[in-house]
Amino acid sequence: MSRNETDKTKETILEIKDLKVIYQTDAEVIEAVNHIDLNILRGRTLGLVGETGAGKTTTALSILRLLPEMTGKIRGGSIFFEGHNLLEVDENWMRALRGNAISMVFQDPMSSLNPVLTIGEQISEVIRLHEPDLPRREVEEKVDSTLNLVGIPASRKAEYPHQFSGGMKQRVVIAMAICCEPALLIADEPTTALDVTIQAQVLAMMSDLKHRLGTSMLMITHDLGIVAQTCDDVAVMYAGEIIEAGTVEDIFLNEQHHPYTTGLFQSIPDINKKSDRLKPIPGLMADPANLPKGCAFAPRCGQCREICTKEHPVLTAWGTHQLRCHLFASSEKEQERGAE
Amino acid sequence: MERAGKTPILKTEALEKLFKLKGGSKLYAVDKINLEIYPGETLGVVGESGCGKSTLGRTILKLLEPTGGKIYFDGQDITDYSPRAMRALRRDMQIVFQDPYSSIDPRKSVIETIAEYMFIHKVYKSKRETFEKAAELMEQVGLAQRFANSYPHELDGGRRQRIGIARAMSLNPRFIVCDEPVSALDVSIQAQILNLLMDLQDQFGLSYMFVTHDLSVVKHISDSIMVMYLGKCVEYAESEELFLHPVHPYTKALLSAIPRADLKYRGTPAQLIQGEVTSPIDVKPGCRFARRCPLCTDECSTKTPEWREISPGHFAACFCI
Ligand SMILES: Nc1ncnc2c1ncn2[C@@H]1O[C@H](COP(=O)(O)OP(=O)(O)OP(=O)(O)O)[C@@H](O)[C@H]1O
Ligand SMILES: Nc1ncnc2c1ncn2[C@@H]1O[C@H](COP(=O)(O)OP(=O)(O)OP(=O)(O)O)[C@@H](O)[C@H]1O
Ligand SMILES: [Mg+2]
Ligand SMILES: [Mg+2]
Repeated sequence: MSRNETDKTKETILEIKDLKVIYQTDAEVIEAVNHIDLNILRGRTLGLVGETGAGKTTTALSILRLLPEMTGKIRGGSIFFEGHNLLEVDENWMRALRGNAISMVFQDPMSSLNPVLTIGEQISEVIRLHEPDLPRREVEEKVDSTLNLVGIPASRKAEYPHQFSGGMKQRVVIAMAICCEPALLIADEPTTALDVTIQAQVLAMMSDLKHRLGTSMLMITHDLGIVAQTCDDVAVMYAGEIIEAGTVEDIFLNEQHHPYTTGLFQSIPDINKKSDRLKPIPGLMADPANLPKGCAFAPRCGQCREICTKEHPVLTAWGTHQLRCHLFASSEKEQERGAE
Repeated sequence: MERAGKTPILKTEALEKLFKLKGGSKLYAVDKINLEIYPGETLGVVGESGCGKSTLGRTILKLLEPTGGKIYFDGQDITDYSPRAMRALRRDMQIVFQDPYSSIDPRKSVIETIAEYMFIHKVYKSKRETFEKAAELMEQVGLAQRFANSYPHELDGGRRQRIGIARAMSLNPRFIVCDEPVSALDVSIQAQILNLLMDLQDQFGLSYMFVTHDLSVVKHISDSIMVMYLGKCVEYAESEELFLHPVHPYTKALLSAIPRADLKYRGTPAQLIQGEVTSPIDVKPGCRFARRCPLCTDECSTKTPEWREISPGHFAACFCI
């Protein structure tokens, strides 16, 4: 376990503590993120996985304070980035941070592309913002090489976003985020629209950034293959909570898992086998406007016991591996923190 | 790909879609594609991002006008059908769009969106019946009833995608183009949707053209698979066969780049395809993969490889096989 000890001495770049986020709509209050803790260490990639609607995008938007103004509300907690609580600094500070020290690849590429500017114009704008003194010709050269890196012929830079395919737009957005050379890159399902060869290329670009500049990353993804190949740490989210977290080894090699994590792994179609039916986790995710009293996963859990529907499970930690499940809340492991 | 005594539900002959660009150049998005899909079967379409998969799907349904070639639906030549004639056919041919953000009207609630096509085609007599059916569809795709009156921007990406699937299924079509219907979904919901699509196929003999980047999904769901590269079909075979004996260098690169959910493979980075990408604009003769191909010869960069049968039912276009 020497590796884990050295990890602990590493510097934390982003520390989310007890974050609570809700969406207030006319009809109801949606508890999207419920008191989560997350740490990202310098130069490491944290994979955030979990069911659709679990609150992954909401967590990412909270870091950048880009939640929808009317409905999204942060109701508690702190987010420290390089020593500053992002929930307390003023808007000017945030503006200077976005697209600079922290850049984000949004789940929907069109939310970061301007439909009336050409692809080339948009990339050069980012480069000029980042390196204001670069001569124009070198900016253009950098635009070309950036496009090539993401597998788009530079000759196509005069085209507009609507002329690009879904995956090409996604690649442009990734290229723009990488041009900023951020200290923290937040990527919200950055490769869902990419084929595996281009995906491999994009992931290689990201890992190059990590090795060259020590960039830290928050990688939101559904693809456990990407997690296994690129992430150092993993957090599994369910109904707005982190229900399991640890190093990538903890998640992929340890025997003990939250039943939800086990279900996720069993749902992947096996490329080496021909099976007739996939094994999804039965049932639907808990309604975030009306969360159950005990464990939010209990109604779908094959190992649900009486206590699960009554008491909220506490966090059990075993070294770096953390689980929030009554199955593991035994005395042999140190209990770090009670239920809220 | 011919099969005796059976009419394919969908067939294309040398289907072509070129986009005209400023200055008169042409972008070869879909370049002379032949394909056949039989009733009750699924054709998986994979290929590099930007190679023309979505354009192919849209052109087949005539949401884009083809610039050449033929499209047959259930034996009828529909290439020159007017938009009005196509409207009647839409009940039978549907699409689930790749982009759940732009294919849904933001001002319509979830249930209104799902009921939309049923209203257009006047499937049910009463409004109540239509909404009942829409509610049933929500159940089927795993959307809780409480979202019925939500608006798309209030939903996460995965739920938004399921609205599109429910809407496409609302007219009981015979053929659906599924353009990456599950890529925005987590693996568990993905498994639910794939099971659902396969159940519908068993029950109603539905046929699919299934576009996806996820090779384990395509292998699971497809009877046969077509691999595209820059507007061209480069390899076609039955699903098992393609994964066991890929022959085209691009297919091989694709299969070797799958990230496995297994730490054993960590640290051995995928073999990246080297070399510059060929532009699909005003293409010249020659194999389009040549500049990135490890096996490239002089012939490859000057002549276009022919489509040949490598073994029974297994086709490819490459000089080096
Ligand atoms: N603007 C909004 N108004 C109301 N509810 C919202 C809004 N945005 C998100 N939600 C709800 O908040 C919850 C968390 O959504 P979020 O987008 O963070 O999920 P996610 O984990 O990113 O899912 P996916 O993997 O599908 O993208 C969901 O129940 C979603 O419906
Ligand atoms: N309206 C348009 N005008 C000009 N070019 C277009 C248009 N739509 C698509 N293209 C071009 O056609 C080619 C094929 O695009 P298409 O969207 O079919 O790709 P795709 O295979 O679906 O890619 P992805 O996997 O990224 O979705 C691309 O080079 C794209 O830039
Ligand atoms: Mg999301
Ligand atoms: Mg597409």
